[in-house]
Amino acid sequence: MSLTYLEAIREAQARALRDDPRVFIYGQDVGAFGGAFKATKNLAVEFPGRVIDSPISEDAMVGMAVGAAIEGMRPIVEMQFADFSLVGFNQIVNQAATLYWRTNVPCPITVRLPFGGTSGSGPFHSQSIEAIYAHYPGLIVLTPATVEDAYSMLLEAVALDDPVIFCEHKFLYYHLKAEKLPDEALPVGKARIAREGRDLTIATYSAMVHEAIEAAKELSGDGWEIEVVDLRSVKPLDTDTIVASVARTGKLLCVGEAWPWGGVTAEIISRVTAEGFGLLDAPPQRLNAKETPVPYHPNLWAAHRPTARSVAAAARNLLRQ
Amino acid sequence: MLQTAFDTEPSLDAKEERDIYLSAFRFMLLARVLDDKLAALYRAGKIHGGVFLGRGQEALSTAVGISLREGDVFAPLIRDAAGRLAFGESVLDSVRTHMGSPHGPMRGRDGNVHRGRPREGLLPMISHLGAMISVVNGILLARRFQKKSGTVGAACIGEGATSTGAFHEALNQAAVEKLPLVLVIADNQYAYSTPKSRQFACDSLARKAPGYGVGVQTVDGTDLSECLKAAGAAISRARTGGGPQLIVANLLRLCGHGEHDVADYVDPKLMNSSLGRDCVKAAEEFLARRHWLDASQAAGLREDIVHEIEAAVAQAQREPAPDPFAEEWRAIASEHLCEGQPEHRRI
Ligand SMILES: Cc1ncc(C[n+]2csc(CCOP(=O)(O)OP(=O)(O)O)c2C)c(N)n1
Repeated sequence: MSLTYLEAIREAQARALRDDPRVFIYGQDVGAFGGAFKATKNLAVEFPGRVIDSPISEDAMVGMAVGAAIEGMRPIVEMQFADFSLVGFNQIVNQAATLYWRTNVPCPITVRLPFGGTSGSGPFHSQSIEAIYAHYPGLIVLTPATVEDAYSMLLEAVALDDPVIFCEHKFLYYHLKAEKLPDEALPVGKARIAREGRDLTIATYSAMVHEAIEAAKELSGDGWEIEVVDLRSVKPLDTDTIVASVARTGKLLCVGEAWPWGGVTAEIISRVTAEGFGLLDAPPQRLNAKETPVPYHPNLWAAHRPTARSVAAAARNLLRQ
Repeated sequence: MLQTAFDTEPSLDAKEERDIYLSAFRFMLLARVLDDKLAALYRAGKIHGGVFLGRGQEALSTAVGISLREGDVFAPLIRDAAGRLAFGESVLDSVRTHMGSPHGPMRGRDGNVHRGRPREGLLPMISHLGAMISVVNGILLARRFQKKSGTVGAACIGEGATSTGAFHEALNQAAVEKLPLVLVIADNQYAYSTPKSRQFACDSLARKAPGYGVGVQTVDGTDLSECLKAAGAAISRARTGGGPQLIVANLLRLCGHGEHDVADYVDPKLMNSSLGRDCVKAAEEFLARRHWLDASQAAGLREDIVHEIEAAVAQAQREPAPDPFAEEWRAIASEHLCEGQPEHRRI
């Protein structure tokens, strides 16, 4: 049996519903229809009354989840696309993220964001907005890059006592496959060395992990050994693992699919230069999407986001220094 | 909260009726005197940040708070000192939060009207108007999951905030889920300085209710009797499966938006109209006419209230200010996932 990243997300939700009567799912078309991507396929039948179609009201969807969490439930909110979570942004960052600090009452909600670019999706169904959420105190922001992590991290998200923004990459939904679901996993907050190397560290997350690994394979043909760090969670950020990798390689390239201004890649460079300046043999570099909305046409889209080719080119530039 | 309120006892005997009115009046007066004290402390520079009062809205607010029962949920807004007290909030919680005491429910982390005890059903408003209604919905939905029936959630809001998307989304959501939500709109004619003609173009907000598929009552918000009856009926209907209920109360804000605001934009014609009637005075006159409270009893009541408030203020003033070095500086419950300033992290 093999299963996809998307199926792993469905299985994690099924298990959460099975194991914990406090869990329910709320989102647009998640009920009988099974969700726009089918991440909740058949769950409404398996768990009657616990997988609920919501009106197209992202603000009220999150507000509802916060109220239910106050009352001891563990809601999972599915945003149809990450882009639409911005309509519920206020409830996420001002209601959910402040509740524990203001009142000592935890807010265990999981907001699932199908995010990131896919060919033909255009400006409003492609955004990578993890950094905006990571900016706010009170939120945990997860960005699984593998089928196994999609499963284990979603289960951990639901179990955590804090609001979790679960960024699941749509490009990985059908692409990635695993033989089976994991029995054990790294905990949230720990990064993973996705590929070992000695010449340069690429720190990245989500779909870009796979572009980075492709690039590393290409460069190994030229004799370069690239280490790829999969962040897994962008908040908290496992700075120790990144700094330890840079201590081995002396060079850092940060890759993100989000826009270049600020964001996760900038945060990593800021931390590594502050904590490990002496470890760096060359100025750290970063590679992001272009500074425009995400384009529709496949040719434009492929040039807008970092790809294995552009990652390899950026790595070569840095290796030459 | 009262043992006996209108929603539970449809035919009250005279004594019960008198007790309810006297209790309601006490909360109204308590809120008014507390507001006056907070205004004085603000002018004396003893309160950081803003002070927002509920003058003119005590009848409506009290009616909501007093008609709720233990186990119900209440999401008050900035002009609901009276409703909060009637629901069971202590004077000390209010004073401590205004003074920033670490012993208050918000521990100096949030102030003034942004206070509550969510586990006790009193939701701490965030500033963003309209945002609390769907949170009440969530609590009510959770109770449905937990098979706890018979509880109600009430949320208060001003007419200005009915223009928010959050208001619309949440009322519609409550209607779709048929939740026992009572939404109380205090139409006090102004949102800060903006007259209601700049908020909506229909002649009354009550017209919106049928569009959402919810019940509605319109009341004179300066009349305690009308407010008690409407709140009791709406809460009772919601409690017995009638779905969301809207109350639209017409009244006037008898103060500035906050204590920093002289409110010279308020039309004097409105102040002299029936909307501008002071509900506390009107209630006192009503009680006197009924021979339920004479002038000397009213004076005695006021004296007790002043005492209670002075004692709470004195206590809060004696309390230490929050200590930034003792503060945990941690915004998440999962301690092991906390990022941030290592030197401030608790070991
Ligand atoms: C979403 C949002 N926008 C703006 C504000 C700033 N603000 C605070 S109170 C207020 C006026 C509110 O008017 P209304 O809802 O009529 O209530 P009232 O103050 O009259 O009781 C405004 C604009 C806010 N708190 N929230």
